[in-house]
Amino acid sequence: MDDFNSETDSDYTSYWRDWFISSRGNEYFCEIDEEYLTDRFNLTGLNTEVQYYQHALDLVTDVFDFDCDDDMREAIEKSARHLYGLVHARYIVTTRGLAKMLEKFKKSDFGKCPRVLCEAQPLLPMGQSDVANTSPVKLYCARCEDLYNPKSSRHAIIDGAYFGTSFHNILFQVYPAMLPPKSQRRYEPRVFGFRVHAAASLARWQADEREKMKERLRVARIETGFEDEDEEDEDDLGEEDEEMELADAFESAVVQH
Amino acid sequence: MSSSSQVTESWISSFCGLLGHEYFAEVSEDFIEDDFNLTGLQSQVPMYKEALEMILDVEPEDDEDEEEEEEEDEDDDEILGDEKPSGYRRANDRRHLRIASDLSVIESSAELLYGLIHQRYITSRPGIQQMAEKYELQHFGTCPRVYCNSCKVLPVGLNDSPGHDTVKLFCPSCLDVYTPPNSRFQTVDGAFFGTTFGSLFFMTFSDLDIGGSRNSSTGAADALLAIQAAQQEVKNRRDATPAHITSINGVAPHNLAPGLGPGNIYEPRIYGFRVSERARSGPRMKWLRMRPADITELDETRRYWEEREEDGDRPDDDDLNMVDVQEGKADRRKKIVGRRRRANASGNGGGSPMDTNGVGGVG
Repeated sequence: MDDFNSETDSDYTSYWRDWFISSRGNEYFCEIDEEYLTDRFNLTGLNTEVQYYQHALDLVTDVFDFDCDDDMREAIEKSARHLYGLVHARYIVTTRGLAKMLEKFKKSDFGKCPRVLCEAQPLLPMGQSDVANTSPVKLYCARCEDLYNPKSSRHAIIDGAYFGTSFHNILFQVYPAMLPPKSQRRYEPRVFGFRVHAAASLARWQADEREKMKERLRVARIETGFEDEDEEDEDDLGEEDEEMELADAFESAVVQH
Repeated sequence: MSSSSQVTESWISSFCGLLGHEYFAEVSEDFIEDDFNLTGLQSQVPMYKEALEMILDVEPEDDEDEEEEEEEDEDDDEILGDEKPSGYRRANDRRHLRIASDLSVIESSAELLYGLIHQRYITSRPGIQQMAEKYELQHFGTCPRVYCNSCKVLPVGLNDSPGHDTVKLFCPSCLDVYTPPNSRFQTVDGAFFGTTFGSLFFMTFSDLDIGGSRNSSTGAADALLAIQAAQQEVKNRRDATPAHITSINGVAPHNLAPGLGPGNIYEPRIYGFRVSERARSGPRMKWLRMRPADITELDETRRYWEEREEDGDRPDDDDLNMVDVQEGKADRRKKIVGRRRRANASGNGGGSPMDTNGVGGVG
């Protein structure tokens, strides 16, 4: 965080938002339009959330001309970042904001899902709470619908409220074409080629739950969104049968001798 | 070699010290020197003999020890054949080049060989113990999944033969595999860890509490508090599992995928409202992170027989379930019940008549 200050001291006359977006650790943020920031309606209620609200807003909108000492400047700078984050959470659910974040999503600016079977699905940033200072930002994978911690510690300290709990879900409602196909493939723990019983029985139970869900959706005539669903079902069954047969054959062979 | 401090470190320890090789255990020389442990590797590794010598530091480095260097020269003579010893000796640069190109081939063979030996070593008793120490020290990192609470992970391969996939990390809390966060591990072959190690590890150390704690590096008092809190949490979340059950399917209930189940599944919301399953963008993958609240639901054997109350082939009550209340009977039971069950299933399904004949007594 130190370089923040040194950098701003030297060139804070340039556009604050440009600098903020391009500085290290802020890769998850998109740039908020000037018009959005200057519309007071969009900032409703933030004046109670942010210290030195007016100065911070001036700084963000590049009209800051307040003479003060370094400590004060630093405090205002901090407030400005906080304010930007809070406005950001509101901005990214607007049409323009969603479009900007979508571009970043397509470029995998937020990283890729660490889960092997998600095959490097791009992630989206999200917060587990809309209240500031509750929990840091997490990353949402639309393929496995789970949350992951950012790899880098400089991202792990960003407040989750700067992205909010709704953004990533809204994005896929607005752009359903961006939804990745869901996969039924999964990791099977094995020991010397044999499936581990405890994990396998849990997996079978989970597969039952999945089939129940698919049945519910089928009844409601809704697409399940799984890739190559039928093919894979058959494949799975085929594999099971084969294994069964092999085992049976083996057993009978043993018995015969 | 290891006795003198002047001698450069052994090949093994320098290999394990390389960037990106942090996951490797140092295979003991005893293990490598036992030919039985190397069965079948000769056909998989080019320049096997040289590679093995390199791993064991039988061949010394160039400018180390005069005596041994001469020995090495003799070896080289045989390889180089027609070159005269004296001339080649003086032409030190040329020799260096020659050795260097050979070395790089042998070096890569040695790495392959070491990896394959490593795959076997970490499933052996001393090897798995060594990996346990590394695991405890969190050398392999933690699960990136938020609901796994930084559970410690293990390196695994998705394939046992080299050249298929890089090393992955297995999380016992969600029973899933992840790509290591650092790209330097993307040069490490997954086969060097193998498919067996991850599961075998947690079967071997079944007493390990894999739940993962929020703050692992704090003092004892904090740790105690964390454990108590975790236990309380577990109790609250899973009170459907009867308390007297100590093992299900060979795993303690609190160690069976503790990162899954109610409370550990992400619930998508928009402005506080849950997204419906029926929405096009609605949740479809919750099953992947589910776990029954009452873990005895996973006792498939008992459930199977409960559905077929009147059946001649029904095993004794004692053999009936995979749930342990006291310890130490699970193995035998599993076998009997498993075999009978399969025989019966195929009998019902009109499978091979051999099965029913074999086991006998099907009514």
